[in-house]
Amino acid sequence: MSEQYSFSLTTFSHSGKLVQIEYALHAVSQGSTALAIKAKNGIVLATEKKLPPLIDDKSISKINLLTPHTGMVYAGMGPDSRVLLRSGRKKAEAYFRLYKDPIPVVGMVKELATIMQEFTQSGGVRPFGVSLLIAGYDEKGPQLYQVDPSGSYWAWKASAVGKDMVRAKTFLEKRYSDDMDLEDAIHTAILTLKDGFEGQMTEHNIELGIIGPDRQFRVLTTAQVKDYLTVIG
Amino acid sequence: MSIMEYNGGAAIAMIGKDCVALASDLRFGIQAATISTNFPKVFRINSRCFLGLTGMASDVQTVYEKLMFRVNLYKLREERDISPRVFANLVASTLYEKRFGPYFTEPVICGLEGEEGNLKPYISATDLIGAPVETDDFLMTGTCNPALYGLCETMWRPEMGPEELFETVSQCLLAAVDRDAISGWGAIVHIITPDSVTTRKLRGRQD
Repeated sequence: MSEQYSFSLTTFSHSGKLVQIEYALHAVSQGSTALAIKAKNGIVLATEKKLPPLIDDKSISKINLLTPHTGMVYAGMGPDSRVLLRSGRKKAEAYFRLYKDPIPVVGMVKELATIMQEFTQSGGVRPFGVSLLIAGYDEKGPQLYQVDPSGSYWAWKASAVGKDMVRAKTFLEKRYSDDMDLEDAIHTAILTLKDGFEGQMTEHNIELGIIGPDRQFRVLTTAQVKDYLTVIG
Repeated sequence: MSIMEYNGGAAIAMIGKDCVALASDLRFGIQAATISTNFPKVFRINSRCFLGLTGMASDVQTVYEKLMFRVNLYKLREERDISPRVFANLVASTLYEKRFGPYFTEPVICGLEGEEGNLKPYISATDLIGAPVETDDFLMTGTCNPALYGLCETMWRPEMGPEELFETVSQCLLAAVDRDAISGWGAIVHIITPDSVTTRKLRGRQD
């Protein structure tokens, strides 16, 4: 009985694919849609929060703070996202302890991507069933990144993940402009969600998170979300 | 005999008007014997940040090398130079990692903090286990600390220009090491301004 080995469960198929990652992406595509838009002075994260009617919607949030100046939203398996949230926060704190300086957005993204990649190669584990959209504001300005179960990450001007991502991205492509203001971006984000929304959209079944020039990430309260919805009509 | 007094040495960091100075003596000795008269204890971290280290010579070299290792990785990962304030915290963290078996060296950090066009002088020092202190006048480390304190306290004034700062820091260091048997044998002084770094060697008493 050899105790030092632990073989990976994620192995190559003959065509060069890692099937487990494909399956993980499939799990992501079944999750409720999340999207993000980068404006010239900030970023908005938005997501559907379709829950069974008896669930207390106040107790669940898909959009979370990683650090005061970065936030994330996911599509896919909630429990997996919680693990990454916890790890991401810890890495950010460790960085701050070492340098007394907040972690750069790219640094945060790289840490999370590294963890996700490790779970595609380490023994006895499975990949994370989430794609993350990470929004942050540092010296380089507002930045938006997506991280996939494989550990790949990209910087986006606007992106969507989850069930409705294809339609959402097409919608965003038409409406995105480089000199968008944060308020315009919030407006557009809500419209994008609304476009593919089944049923009536209220402040209880969507979530919004924003970060502006003050570099403080905030999840909007239901009252604030309601105000935006009223304006849109 | 304390290991901090085995090799001897002294370093001063001083703040001027839009400039900073970092100076050290040049002696490397083993107790009473002087082995080298060209052992500077100040090191360049990057164009905006310098480090002075005294104490046990072996640890002076090792701590410098270990810090450069971390600084180089920082630069590669973050694609930017480390700023003096962040570097000072890195020094403190690095030393505290060895809290119960420390490096026998007490660093002094000096540089210009901030963005191009808005650079402010910055100095910081820590003890051998990483307790940091920041001041807006001067900081020193070494075996002639009491003398250094007295001289700097008397001679330092705020808002000194680069030339005046050079004179002040040189006089403080030279006078202090002349009162210490195991420091001296010349000095090296760096004056750091937003545009340049001027390095001068001082002759002093060769004993």
